[in-house]
Amino acid sequence: MSDMKLTLDIWRQKDASDPGRFVRYQVTANEHMSFLEMLDVLNQDLIIKGEDPVAFDNDCREGICGMCGFVINGSPHGPVHGGTVCQLHMRVFKDGDNLRLEPWRAKAFPVIRDLVVNRAALDRIIQAGGFITARTGSAPDANSILVPKTNADLSMEAAACIGCGACVAVCPNASAALFTSAKVAHLGFLPQGQPERHTRVLKMAEQTAIEGFGHCTLMGECAEVCPGHVPLEVIPRMNRDYFKASIIVRDEKASAG
Amino acid sequence: MPFDSRIPAGPIDKKWTERKAHMKLVNPANKRKYTVIVVGTGLAGGAAAATMGELGYNVLNFCFQDSPRRAHSIAAQGGINAAKDYQNDGDSVYRLFYDTIKGGDFRAREANVYRLAEVSANIIDQCAAQGVPFGREYGGYLGNRSFGGAQVSRTFYARGQTGQQLLLGAYQSLQNQVAAGTVKQFPRTEMLDLVLIDGRARGIVTRDLVSGEIKSYVADAVVLATGGYVNVFYLSTNAKGSNGTAIWRAHRKGAYFANPCYTQIHPTCIPQSGDYQSKLTLMSESLRNDGRVWVPKNKGDHRPPDQIPEGERDYYLERVYPSFGNLAPRDVSSRQAKYACDEGRGVGPGGFGVYLDFADPIKRLGKNVIAERYGNLFEMYERITGENPYQVPMRIYPAPHYSMGGLWVDYDLMSSIPGMFVGGEANFSDHGANRLGASALMQGLGDGYFVLPLTVGDYLASGGIAKADTSHAAFKDAEREAKGRLDKLLAAKGKRSVDSYWKELGKIMWNNCGMARSKETLTEALEQIPVLREDYLKNVKVVGGPSELNIELEKANRVADFFELAELLCYDALQRNESCGGHFRVEYQTADGEAQRNDAEYAFVSAWEWKGDGATPELHKEPLVFENIQLATRSYK
Repeated sequence: MSDMKLTLDIWRQKDASDPGRFVRYQVTANEHMSFLEMLDVLNQDLIIKGEDPVAFDNDCREGICGMCGFVINGSPHGPVHGGTVCQLHMRVFKDGDNLRLEPWRAKAFPVIRDLVVNRAALDRIIQAGGFITARTGSAPDANSILVPKTNADLSMEAAACIGCGACVAVCPNASAALFTSAKVAHLGFLPQGQPERHTRVLKMAEQTAIEGFGHCTLMGECAEVCPGHVPLEVIPRMNRDYFKASIIVRDEKASAG
Repeated sequence: MPFDSRIPAGPIDKKWTERKAHMKLVNPANKRKYTVIVVGTGLAGGAAAATMGELGYNVLNFCFQDSPRRAHSIAAQGGINAAKDYQNDGDSVYRLFYDTIKGGDFRAREANVYRLAEVSANIIDQCAAQGVPFGREYGGYLGNRSFGGAQVSRTFYARGQTGQQLLLGAYQSLQNQVAAGTVKQFPRTEMLDLVLIDGRARGIVTRDLVSGEIKSYVADAVVLATGGYVNVFYLSTNAKGSNGTAIWRAHRKGAYFANPCYTQIHPTCIPQSGDYQSKLTLMSESLRNDGRVWVPKNKGDHRPPDQIPEGERDYYLERVYPSFGNLAPRDVSSRQAKYACDEGRGVGPGGFGVYLDFADPIKRLGKNVIAERYGNLFEMYERITGENPYQVPMRIYPAPHYSMGGLWVDYDLMSSIPGMFVGGEANFSDHGANRLGASALMQGLGDGYFVLPLTVGDYLASGGIAKADTSHAAFKDAEREAKGRLDKLLAAKGKRSVDSYWKELGKIMWNNCGMARSKETLTEALEQIPVLREDYLKNVKVVGGPSELNIELEKANRVADFFELAELLCYDALQRNESCGGHFRVEYQTADGEAQRNDAEYAFVSAWEWKGDGATPELHKEPLVFENIQLATRSYK
């Protein structure tokens, strides 16, 4: 087990009104630690010295709850793509590395403190239509709804989104297109999702604009860093649904006079 | 305080129907006049809040995470049981009921478990309707897999992310209700106390984790669905934030705590790698469908696994339990792993590990089939350990995972405090002394979708709830007291961090009250814990202030409650002079090391009453009556 000495430049910001700054720290880690355990070690030192520990969100530390996430040297969740920062292990770094840690940067994700941001905008996008209205008690026998295996698999692939916000953080436009289209695809691939398919995509897309997320220009960096491996193709699928829905809703309005 | 489990009379398969038929109802137009607080947004809390919102109640829903979607139910991997018998392999409501009672080592209440088995089928229907992308067969029908402790295939799954998908289903329904205005959600808000007025639960005191503001909320009924307490061991498979504060504070206000010593140690977790370790990661039990568990036959055999010939390996689960093999239940499998390691046959650094080997199934089924079944789990294992399980066997070791114990509830899931209900892992109701795999998701959703919305309604409709608001002295007192606790922790200004104490408490608990317990170890723990707690309250160092996002302060308050809960856990383990399920007292075992129950003296639920700081808690006993299942020695051989 070899020790490694690291230099960390960490974004420190006491609250939303504080302009914030990078502060340099030295820490000794070993290759078996997770990245968050390395920060735990740093924080234990800071606490004993009477300094404020670095605030960062985390909970399950298994890569599934979506609570953790910050940018390491420009890359959300760090240099190994396809996982969360709690699943990043120190063996990918080497002695003497200098790492720069900063929070997700997006207008729709205001900083709360240090590396902690407010992602309530993502909840509001789901509130706009990211659901199937199925009151408890009204469901038929589960096997009465047949779902072709391919659809079930594609739906699951999109449903694997953990809602961490890395897609927004990496996007030059701070777009939430991958997040939003993942939900549109998850529900759109299923027969149960069809009745609300058109209103869903229109309302969710509208909400992303209200929240201040940028437009998607299909750069594709979001899918590169996505810990849930949500494929980029969900975005053009959403766009297709969106255009179709716009026309259908327009026609419906016209025929209603 | 006498307590009544209020189990409906009549045959077991009619009890729930009967109970529902005679519930008092709230008129649809009047439902919005009632406020229900739901603490927790996991499967039980999220499902209950969404469903009560749909019914028209005014619901206030709290969680400490930044979004309801992050509750720890999300981490459940393997699946959810339901008595659908889609496989035509002889499953039925009765068989699921029987397996759950037997799996719980005959320490659960028959009536509750039967109801759970009954609603299990509705849960799958509900989740499929919501769009949960369950695994499917080529014909479009739902697929099943097998899980420990059962000989039928009744587990529904969504890859290795079943908990995530079920939780997102509940979360999406919840967000639908938020948009409809029936549910108001309060993320990053932690419950610090329960408030009683005239003996009824009437609200909670909370801390806004961003601003630090202490604030009260009033309601006509309170539902706690705040999960389990195995973070009392410090290292566990639970999320870092999972804590016992809500149920502990309710216990101090009069809610009985049932069977605290029933904690589950899960057999398949990634072993600890160092002192800095912050949590243990579970590898789903579903891996034991194909993986084979083994250790070297000989002590101190340190050869790499591929150089140990077949004849020098001990596939101990297949050897000891030929009929269940690698799918033996969790308590039994964990204990056998411990025996192998105690004998010096453990593998990996420190010898605290056993192999979970996929070489045979890969040879038999091909790498692609194994990848399709377990790909994401293999990937997770490799991320953490740096080893590729397609090439070398996984190393696993048991870790604290789940608490079967929890707040005592009656058949309606109401605690001993009128108006306070408890759902999911936070209650004690369904798993006895050991929980079977894929049953936690079933119970959380069963409670949340199909039980609590009805029983809470019955309570509200029964009347007698006076008008109240947060200016009542009971709220002001509780606010002052909660603030006082936090101020005291901040004022200690000692020399040791919260984590250093929490780790020390965890070590005491793991060594003395973990996989093996004895009168000596428990007595020792009961001497050590109060001393350490005293030291903690005097010498802990919590930096920062009360009116800001202060993660150390949040943790300090939770750990203070864990100290008290730890003590109760040991009291309970000490009084239970038998071994059953996850509670293994070394004095009570058969010649071949299996748990030895004592039905004549211990077929009861221990329900503990808080008697005040420094006082010994009082034990009440709810006798367990088995009318439908004959008590038997549990055997998986």
